[in-house]
Amino acid sequence: MSASHTLSQGIESMEVTTVSDRLSRKLVRNIKERAIEAAMFAAASISVLTTLGIIWVLVSESYHFFEHVPIWIFLTDTMWTPLFSEPRYGILPLLMGTLTTSLVALGVAIPLGTIIAIFLSEFASPRVREVVKPFLELLGGVPTIVYGYFALTVVSPVLQYFFPSLPGFSMLAAGLVMGVAIVPYISSLSEDAMRAVPMSLREGAYAMGSTRFQTASRVVLPAAISGVLSAYILGISRAVGETMIVAVAAGMQPNFTMNPAEPAQTISAYIVQVAMGDLPHGSVGYQSIFAAGLSLMLMTLFFNILGHVIRRRYREAY
Amino acid sequence: MTTTNQTLPTKAETRDFNFYYGAFHALKSINLPVVEKRVTALIGPSGCGKSTLLRSFNRMHDLYPGNRYQGSIVLHPDNTNILDPKVDPIEVRMRIGMVFQKPNPFPKSIYENVAYGLKVRGESRRSVLDDKVENALRGASLWNEVKDRLHAPATALSGGQQQRLCIARCLATDPELLLFDEPTSALDPIATANIEELVTELRERVTILIVTHNMQQAARVSDYTAYMYLGELIEYGVTDDVFMRPKKKATEDYITGRFG
Amino acid sequence: MNQKELAAIRGTIRSNRRLDIIFAVAGFVALLIGVMAFVTLFAQMAYNGWERLNPDFFMNFPSRRAANAGILSAWVGSLLVMLVTAVSAVPLGVAAGVYLEEYAPKNLITDIIEINVSNLAGVPSIVYGLLALGVFVYAFGFGQSILSAGLTLGLLILPVVIVATREALRSIPIHIREGAYGVGATRWQVVRDHLVPYSTPGIMTGVIIGMSRAIGETAPIITIGALTFIAFLPPMPISTTAPFVSFDWLWSGFTVMPIQMFNWTSRPEEAFQQNAAAAGLILVFMTLMMNGVAIWLRYRLRKSISW
Repeated sequence: MSASHTLSQGIESMEVTTVSDRLSRKLVRNIKERAIEAAMFAAASISVLTTLGIIWVLVSESYHFFEHVPIWIFLTDTMWTPLFSEPRYGILPLLMGTLTTSLVALGVAIPLGTIIAIFLSEFASPRVREVVKPFLELLGGVPTIVYGYFALTVVSPVLQYFFPSLPGFSMLAAGLVMGVAIVPYISSLSEDAMRAVPMSLREGAYAMGSTRFQTASRVVLPAAISGVLSAYILGISRAVGETMIVAVAAGMQPNFTMNPAEPAQTISAYIVQVAMGDLPHGSVGYQSIFAAGLSLMLMTLFFNILGHVIRRRYREAY
Repeated sequence: MTTTNQTLPTKAETRDFNFYYGAFHALKSINLPVVEKRVTALIGPSGCGKSTLLRSFNRMHDLYPGNRYQGSIVLHPDNTNILDPKVDPIEVRMRIGMVFQKPNPFPKSIYENVAYGLKVRGESRRSVLDDKVENALRGASLWNEVKDRLHAPATALSGGQQQRLCIARCLATDPELLLFDEPTSALDPIATANIEELVTELRERVTILIVTHNMQQAARVSDYTAYMYLGELIEYGVTDDVFMRPKKKATEDYITGRFG
Repeated sequence: MNQKELAAIRGTIRSNRRLDIIFAVAGFVALLIGVMAFVTLFAQMAYNGWERLNPDFFMNFPSRRAANAGILSAWVGSLLVMLVTAVSAVPLGVAAGVYLEEYAPKNLITDIIEINVSNLAGVPSIVYGLLALGVFVYAFGFGQSILSAGLTLGLLILPVVIVATREALRSIPIHIREGAYGVGATRWQVVRDHLVPYSTPGIMTGVIIGMSRAIGETAPIITIGALTFIAFLPPMPISTTAPFVSFDWLWSGFTVMPIQMFNWTSRPEEAFQQNAAAAGLILVFMTLMMNGVAIWLRYRLRKSISW
């Protein structure tokens, strides 16, 4: 069939459609387009619904919890013993456990992550980068329960070998492993930020006679600082919310201490502990995990907002 | 421009210089003198290799893999071949300053930008830094505009001011040779005029090699001009001669706008 | 420049370069710590769990006796939960990504959605567990079921799928869209016939990475109350009698691989630790495979782009 033949057929069929025909077809098409757009908008709104759902669940259950436990006792009592016959609900021990493990983890993850990022972005050859980046991604993909097992069965015994007084469960072992688990997040986001620094800035620094390290530390890092700080913030959020490593390796006793050499429970580990037990729906113990979750959520929210502020304050200026 | 005779001392010269981007032969047997305390302009159509040649003086090509130098670029009076593998590119860059196409101030304060080269050289005495920063900013005719806000971020300056800041950044370390890579191509006409004026003033103090795509600019600011085409040096001479009485037909075609 | 000045410069450069070397060593050591951690982790699990990796281990239910215990209910549970996760998260995530990238007007609602998506990525996974406990398990009455677990993980990886979809769409040049609109296609036709097909590899990469994260997630599943000791399989989805397809499994109790591993890890007996190691090995192997496929897909994608 020749091309001109098809064309003439097309023109014929166009001639027989009436104006009203075309209008109605257009109407149908418009309705269909609108419906599809509405469905897609609904899908996009799921994320907002998720947030609202989280807020609703945490706040409403916590509200019932705070009917039984005054909020100032929750914030000031130094004991957390919800499963005792005379329960006490002071969030401070859990908060300290969360902060201590997070600090240990960040003490590992921020230096290691930053050094690796600078190394990959400014020192390594493209070939080394091609190999190392996927490897780091794999490291970030290892399930946290596996890291927990590693902390308990490898890192704890090794630490005990060097410090015989260290207990089998400790915030130190959990925190160290958590740090390693967070390194890939920090290094990959920081490296992205550094690689986004335009080459012209690097050339300017090298043209002044800078060495690699001087270029990296005095020009590239300051230029990428907003992205690097965002990476740190994400790392902090991860550390604060991390659950399985601490649940497995840090012990399950709330402990009012910030000594990393001791076992302790974190907010997230407490939620896991209660969820594994059989607390009846609607009991104060059941509600307490939502109050704990609300505290956790407020902490990560605080860091998220801090991240936004930092990004705004140190917007890339190149 | 002033007429100068050829017996003036040269600050640097390329000898049989070739450059390769991987397999691509970008510069072919370039022999170019750079006369001391004068302005030498490199002109030619885009892609002719003028920027490649300029960047070789600062060993900028070392930053990227696959580039290869051949022949020599000699720096006088000590007769150092700066392309010699034994010569540290960092040492070369400390002796030779460079100003880029697009102003590239560091994301630091105005003061820190100018003090950067000094600090890299290990200078940390506040009084010395203050003095040299002021002198450099005066030398780049920027002092009066920024003296009240030395600690404001450099990126807040206008494009022309940023470029003069980049010049001050180089001047602070007293370079023997200053390279300009199309320094006004990202600037408006007024800022361009300021930079051109500055280049003319600087020739009293420092040897200058400038790449420009703008022939009027070359004619206005330079004492010597080299015309390049397809990686070769076609003609070199006193600027007035090159523009008024070009020896080669190719140069004349380019200058009269018949091509390029 | 005279010789004295040159000598001074050379001295400075030497000391500057020393920092270069120190830093390069530091970078190498930092990487080595990462590599060592991974190698030790893998080697220890392989050493401890190797002998448990036999067919029986895959075909046995959990047991009070470590040597008889297996992961049958765990891997079947993981598989079914992942099915629910994929079926819920992929269409929703892709639709949301397409909407935000191609349809969304620049207004407050769009801004709110975008900020939301980026903030959800920073919400700890255990909080999703609490959400699911309150909403799916009790408010919707789905109970402690495969459906609840799958939907929870679906919500968890939704931001990953949305972001991957948007990035894949953004990498399609404008002239492809203009070409399609130019021949009279409607917006939906452009999306269906051009944008989604061309961005499939990019979307797939995001989906696989999201799924590999979901398969290892433990905390939210524990929170909704997955059982840790489960010696039965959910009802079969396919049967030989009419109506052949059954969805009863959605409402079934379940366990998943990471929870089984957690259960064994918390037992003091050496033999159960071996089981934990074996389960961990399988888990790591599965996530590595998925991540590997994603990395390979991305690599191929970068090579084959030709517009």
